[in-house]
Amino acid sequence: MLSEQVRAKTDHELKKYPPDRKQSAVMAALRFVQDEKGWISTEDMADVASYLCMPQISVYEVATFYNMYNLKPMGRHTLTVCTNLSCQLVGATETLNYIKSKLDIEVGEVTADGKFGLLEGECQNVCDEAPLFMINNKKTCGNLTKEKIDQILAELDKE
Amino acid sequence: MINIEIDGKHINVENGCSVIEAAHRLGIDIPHFCYHKKLSIAANCRMCLVQIEKAPKPLPACATPAAEGMKVFTASEQAVKAQKGVMEFLLINHPLDCPICDQGGECELQDLAVGYGGSASRYNEKKRVVLQKDIGPLVAAEEMSRCINCTRCVRFGIEIGGATELGQAFRGEHAEIMAFMSETVDSELSGNMIDLCPVGALTSKPFRYSARTWELSRRKSISPHDSLGSNLAVQVKNNRVMRVLPLENEEINECWLSDKDRFSYEGLNSAERLTKPMIKQGGKWLEVEWQVALEYVANGLRQITQEAGAEYIGALATPNSTLEELYLLQKLTRGLGSHNVDFRLRQSDFSADSKQSGAPWLGMAVADINHVDRFLLVGSFLRKDHPLMASRVRQATKDGAQVNLVHAADDDLLMPIANKEIVLPTEMSTVLAQVLKALATAKQATLDISVQQIVQSVTPSATAQAMADSLASGEHVAVLLGNFAQQHPQASQLQLLAQHIAALCGGKFGFFGEAANSVGGYLAQAVPFSGAEVQGMNASAMLDEQRKAYILLNVEAELDMQNPQQALAAMGAADMVVAMSAYKHHAIKYADVYLPITPFTETSGTFVSSEGRAQSFKGTVQPLGEARPAWKVLRVLGNMLDIPGFDYNNSEAVRDEMLVGTDLPAKLSNILHGVSAQAASGDVAGLQRVSDVPIYSSDAIVRRATSLQKTRDAVTPCALMHSVELQKLNLQSGETVKLTQGNGSARLSITADNSLPHGVVRVAAGHVVTAELGAMFGSIMVERA
Repeated sequence: MLSEQVRAKTDHELKKYPPDRKQSAVMAALRFVQDEKGWISTEDMADVASYLCMPQISVYEVATFYNMYNLKPMGRHTLTVCTNLSCQLVGATETLNYIKSKLDIEVGEVTADGKFGLLEGECQNVCDEAPLFMINNKKTCGNLTKEKIDQILAELDKE
Repeated sequence: MINIEIDGKHINVENGCSVIEAAHRLGIDIPHFCYHKKLSIAANCRMCLVQIEKAPKPLPACATPAAEGMKVFTASEQAVKAQKGVMEFLLINHPLDCPICDQGGECELQDLAVGYGGSASRYNEKKRVVLQKDIGPLVAAEEMSRCINCTRCVRFGIEIGGATELGQAFRGEHAEIMAFMSETVDSELSGNMIDLCPVGALTSKPFRYSARTWELSRRKSISPHDSLGSNLAVQVKNNRVMRVLPLENEEINECWLSDKDRFSYEGLNSAERLTKPMIKQGGKWLEVEWQVALEYVANGLRQITQEAGAEYIGALATPNSTLEELYLLQKLTRGLGSHNVDFRLRQSDFSADSKQSGAPWLGMAVADINHVDRFLLVGSFLRKDHPLMASRVRQATKDGAQVNLVHAADDDLLMPIANKEIVLPTEMSTVLAQVLKALATAKQATLDISVQQIVQSVTPSATAQAMADSLASGEHVAVLLGNFAQQHPQASQLQLLAQHIAALCGGKFGFFGEAANSVGGYLAQAVPFSGAEVQGMNASAMLDEQRKAYILLNVEAELDMQNPQQALAAMGAADMVVAMSAYKHHAIKYADVYLPITPFTETSGTFVSSEGRAQSFKGTVQPLGEARPAWKVLRVLGNMLDIPGFDYNNSEAVRDEMLVGTDLPAKLSNILHGVSAQAASGDVAGLQRVSDVPIYSSDAIVRRATSLQKTRDAVTPCALMHSVELQKLNLQSGETVKLTQGNGSARLSITADNSLPHGVVRVAAGHVVTAELGAMFGSIMVERA
């Protein structure tokens, strides 16, 4: 069963589409689930499917197609480090390695306390700020240095 | 029309026609995998790339519409280079395990790789591996690494089957075809995905590793199950049916088959097959020679005729029997002097007998279903009873057809339903009367005297009004009655009302028909009336007033009859029961003689489908053991009993005696004469029973098809009730309840189903767990077990 907030937000999305095209809201609904839980379980996908009156496998197709949907539990703060060309040129690999050693996890893993998760991601279209990562796919932090990373992680740790 | 040139040949095609379709009409073959004439265009395999003049790059022929003056080259250097390139990519991840692949020899990839593949691979890296899936007992998805992601199976589910059960998850190199989680593919049309799969990714589970395609001989046959009359290609090895495939017939089954038609062959090779004649002596069954068994039957029948009178003999046959069998059975029975013969075993209302102007039929051609724009479906478990006709209705809804449904259960038909009225079985005629009234008002028509009374007594509900509006707005209307309506205790009332509704709309009117020979049975005169004269007893009366002898043709009394309780009582009380059957079954308890007859694959015969199409077929294998075609057995019995006119040399002679010189279409009619509709009385005290015959319980062969019996459609039926009714009885969903009708009862798990009307219990018929119960309609008691 989807939570009340997810349903409310999805209902808002549904207003944008004709009543017989409910499945148009599938990407938004999955996003709301992920915002709430940090990831999307298959049970959640089944719930989204029944809420939008669409086949379960069709939700699964969408959720597995887009790599910004997390299909396994991630941390409360999931950092997605861009490793595309522009970031690579200014040290994305070092940035990623630094975060790995700092959090003591590999890409795709979550810290033992569940606070941080680490992912590799694609270009965010702000190459002038490279190297960069996104926090929970919402907030971009660019021009990363070791000091800046330490500072951001410390702040997130307090939250 | 558009003029286009392909490989130097000119053709005129209609607007929107694709290049691949135009080429096909010219007899030019363009290699392809994902394209299928019955499915939407995906253009994802890229195998059909062709060169088109003025186009800078090769274009996919399936997704390129023909344009005026277009010049296409399908085998130019550019086209072939592109096709070979695509083939190289397709083979990169393909395991090339043809020697152990079931598809080997009938594989589109294998065939095209011969023409377009390289002799050696340039690819030395690791191939991708896709893990096997378990998607149910019929379709094997054991080697998904072979999949080339053409998505034909996915599109089939969405577009033809009506349910999206398979999908393509993940993307790019990781894309794989799968069902959601551990779901199975439960469509009643799932087997078609095996045919559609161009590689060996989806194969037939029952057929797996049992034969190679080139070892099989291919023989034409006709499906003995539902009333569609699907054309079959029966594949045989060593005198054994190994597999059944569709034989394409655009007017009937197109290129599809329902799973029932496709996988029921397993029942032909069942261990329960009866292979020797048997006689019960002193309570023990003895295997005997045919001569002994037949003499026993002939003497028994003669004795009963002499002592009690021929009218104490009753003959019952299933509507899955061939036309020849039904004809000879009635000829034999009438030859003995009895008119008690019937094949309408699940029917309960025979008041229309002698008032029909012909054999009830579909009222239209099957292929015309696709062109109907307004349907009124009355009392039909359409998807399960007629899977491929349901698919045709579904195709019609895609073109905007509206489906109006009057029924006592609300099973998902996997298509949009414009209006539906789900009511008690006893209220169905009232709903039809309401629709008729609303329609008459809208059309300002005066109704026939036979329906005036009932129409005056009703006020159309909003839904009935909506249905009438829907029907009135259509150009091609069809009013179709399903099995439930035919089995209904007020079947003739429903028929009459439906007839008048159709007449007001200027539409077609007909019956889906329960089984392969539901029309043929009438043509064979296997009914106890002739024209306007009722001569003998119908299937129900024969059990009501017990006969001394019964001849059962393919009948399993506890499963095939409207009232199994009554049927078993009548069989138990009879002096002689002759069971002509392909199987050893419950008749072992009540029969006196067992005559092993052959199923449809081991005899020649004819089925007349619901559209009135007589289709004859030949035997595909030799009879098993000492089993013999029933028409031959009946012929010998006829001769032994000195009944004239039993000197047939072959089954064709029997058929010709019936059909040659008769105008078959003129014998089909759904019009009733001299029946008048009465206001619904038939109030049933307490809960009413609503029965469906589960899809894989409908006849003797399917009941023994092991793989079909493992599907979700074949799970032991539950009793279903509205949750309000459950509360009234203080029952919980999932509890075991005792259902009682007459002096028999059944114990079933009960499940809440709020799509059912209040006041009914839905209990499947035709199943062993409910064989102790009474009639398929009427009152039923429910209590905690």
